[in-house]
Amino acid sequence: MTVHQTLPGDETSPAYNYAYLDEQTKRMIRRALLKAVAVPGYQVPFGSREMPLARGWGTGGIQVTAAIIGPQDTLKVIDQGADDTTNAVSIRRFFQRTAGVATTEATMDATIIQTRHRIPETPLTEGQILVYQVPIPEPLRFLEPRETETRKMHELEEYGLMHVKLYEDIARHGQIATSYAYPVKVEGHYVMDPSPIPKFDNPKLSGNPATQLFGAGREQRIYALPPWTDVVSLDFDDHPFETSKAPHDCDLCGAKDSYLDEVITDDEGGRMFVCSDTDFCAGRRAEGHEGRLGGDQKSSKTFANSFEGIWPATAGAR
Amino acid sequence: MATDTLIGAGFTDPVFQSQAAFRALLVALSEPGTPQAVSGGVAPPEGLHAATATTLLTLADYETPIWLPTALRDGPAGAWLRFHCGAALVEEPRRAAFAVIDGAAPAPRLTDFDPGSDQFPDRSTTIIVQCAAFHGGGTVTLAGPGIATRRDIAPAGLRPGFWAEVAGNNAAYPLGVDLLLAHADGVIGLPRSTQIGKAA
Amino acid sequence: MYVAVKGGEAAILATHERVAEARRGDAAVPEISVAQIREQQALACARVMNEGSLYDADLAALALKQAQGDVIEAAFLMRAYRTTLPRFGSSEPVDTAQMAIRRRVSATYKDLPGGQVLGPTYDYTHRLFDFALMDEGAPSVMVGPDPTISGREGASSTTAAGDARVEPEHDGLHAPLDARMPRVPDILGAEGLMEPEVAPEGDPRPFDLTREPVSFPADRDVRLQAMARGDEGFLLGLGYSVQRGFGGNHPFVGEIRVGEVSVEFVPEELGFAVDLGEITLTECQMVNQFAGSKDVPPQFTRGYGLAFGHSERKAMSMSLVDRALKAREFGEAAEYPAQQDEFVLYHSDNVEAAGFVEHLKLPHYVDFQGELELIRRIRREREARLAAEPETLPEAAE
Repeated sequence: MTVHQTLPGDETSPAYNYAYLDEQTKRMIRRALLKAVAVPGYQVPFGSREMPLARGWGTGGIQVTAAIIGPQDTLKVIDQGADDTTNAVSIRRFFQRTAGVATTEATMDATIIQTRHRIPETPLTEGQILVYQVPIPEPLRFLEPRETETRKMHELEEYGLMHVKLYEDIARHGQIATSYAYPVKVEGHYVMDPSPIPKFDNPKLSGNPATQLFGAGREQRIYALPPWTDVVSLDFDDHPFETSKAPHDCDLCGAKDSYLDEVITDDEGGRMFVCSDTDFCAGRRAEGHEGRLGGDQKSSKTFANSFEGIWPATAGAR
Repeated sequence: MATDTLIGAGFTDPVFQSQAAFRALLVALSEPGTPQAVSGGVAPPEGLHAATATTLLTLADYETPIWLPTALRDGPAGAWLRFHCGAALVEEPRRAAFAVIDGAAPAPRLTDFDPGSDQFPDRSTTIIVQCAAFHGGGTVTLAGPGIATRRDIAPAGLRPGFWAEVAGNNAAYPLGVDLLLAHADGVIGLPRSTQIGKAA
Repeated sequence: MYVAVKGGEAAILATHERVAEARRGDAAVPEISVAQIREQQALACARVMNEGSLYDADLAALALKQAQGDVIEAAFLMRAYRTTLPRFGSSEPVDTAQMAIRRRVSATYKDLPGGQVLGPTYDYTHRLFDFALMDEGAPSVMVGPDPTISGREGASSTTAAGDARVEPEHDGLHAPLDARMPRVPDILGAEGLMEPEVAPEGDPRPFDLTREPVSFPADRDVRLQAMARGDEGFLLGLGYSVQRGFGGNHPFVGEIRVGEVSVEFVPEELGFAVDLGEITLTECQMVNQFAGSKDVPPQFTRGYGLAFGHSERKAMSMSLVDRALKAREFGEAAEYPAQQDEFVLYHSDNVEAAGFVEHLKLPHYVDFQGELELIRRIRREREARLAAEPETLPEAAE
């Protein structure tokens, strides 16, 4: 039944099925995905498999990607908006090895984008699929830890607890003190966790021409937003939802409207702000845009922010 | 039995043919009303459209009971599905994870199948409705998730009252069956989330 | 100026080299072999087999070697391999009544058919270092110089002492054990005093939580399966909490037995059972009180634990928690963690727990930036508010 292939460049590895998962598992995940797009925002339980990467490190997203990916696809993997963060590199490498798939860093060239914590700045287009890695799929989990209870709440559309929580924020802080994993309501029905994306990204969830698939491996849940789905961030009439980002422009490309990472540059309060979306930032710099600190180094990719650490650009710069 | 010895071929390259077919099905149910080709190079048994056969080959297995009209169940189609999918063929529509119905036949009704439960609306039947053509019938207008504004379709060969049933299915949302209209090697997805209106 | 630099794939590959070096340690010391681990670290292998849900001592030993003795990492290796294995089907149920006994003790009867068989156990060792073990090549001493550990001493002194009656004829090394070794709960059951184990209606194939999503309330097959692969330390702590009153059970060890059972499989095409070989199991059955209800007379209830290899602590902990989790079936209040299936099942899996705890070291700077921006803004607004109305403090929210 299953076609095996040897991992390219890895003679000693046992042969695994295309994209690692066996065909029966793919069928099970595919069935769950179809039910997920049929009931947007509802969490479909699925028989999540043990993966060779750690639980909590994107196994839900990996299983979704493995179930949908084929030779015609081009894959992009990002973590924190960046293609070069360690876990993004590791997951991209996994699919290169097990599916021999073409990869890219360019948002617009990708057919499948697996992401952790961001939606790319470049608008997605019809036919693209965005796969989210989800740690805790249940938006009510931190208000009610028991699955048996939260499932009833979804059944009855009993979301008062969530509104109470948001309202308490306003009473305490004068505003809703949730900056990421900000809950949304899908098509006026299910309240959904958009995964820990910053609330800056929430507006991109709604009416997006791409298909958005969410996989939570450890928690065994899959959910989805088909294209053009209506997604509303929860709020109150007198405290409408608003996005937020650091009040700066990107120091490398000068973008005013992208989500920024803060980079500490010395121990005397020095810092810079750079686009979290490395492809977006590099693209802007290639087009000649310059930020406060981007002028003389704009051709170098080494200025992209990454997990690897912070090094002095030149000895004795301080 | 003759049918046992005359079972036609399934996928020649299951990994990639089922992957391609699945992607078409994902688009079909993500963008309701858009015709999608699911061609897996499968020679379908008598009574099944190529799209029906490919869809079941892609999605069904021993974990998913299938309901077929009696004539199909007892004929080559039943034998073909048992052999290639290892799926149980059930007599009761409500027990089916997948079902194939003739869009023109008066029975069974959509409400005869499993609409899922309040806590697990995903545990509902997916029904493949075989129809005569994707055009030439009365026009209906679709709206809902997966549709930017509205989308018109006019499939032919559906029983009188079919669209009222589909609208009723949508009214029970989030419960409900999900439909795939099938003709030749094409499918049109009609998930329970799709609202049905008469064309303006 | 400082800027962040890319690391990427080269840096990741470098970590693989570093870990290989760390694994090997000082190259002047001979490398340990998988066979040495399998034979000389068998209890660690048993734990890896249990938590990795795969009975294969060689692979468990390899996993321990590859993971530098990190048991959870080793279990993870086992599971990631196990999930790729094709399934031929389910074996016939193993019959622990037919176990070839290595060790069997009961705390409920002083003597019983088959007797008490101490077998290999650390229970009566004094935890004093046996420095002779540091001396490689020295004649191997079992555990220590204490003669009472091997069960080869005369019966009289220990019998008189009370706890365990040691019968030399049951030593297993010198004389054959009794052929009949009935399980203690079966003896109680024959008297009608023990809660019977009744298969669910239709005797369905047990749930497979490695293939299907768990939902709650979870049936007993799911619970037992989750505990069998659950973390020994977590179950030990929960079992202990039951003993300390966080769960209202009063357990007795009806019996612990360790030994080999044969595994049989019925291939579709043959239609009869074939013997696949033997596995070592540890089974613990706890006997607990139950006051009875208006429909059921007072009887003893069962807590059941079963584990691969010689794993008494695991099997005992599991049997304590199994009984506690039956609270719902017996109409008892489920007030404590060990009685709540959702709590126990979701948190006992150490591979999942380790993954999620350790994922916190992945970058989170996008979310943290959101928090930074929020907290700065809240503080700014608070200061502005305080500056505007210096005498009225904002009400502290509860």
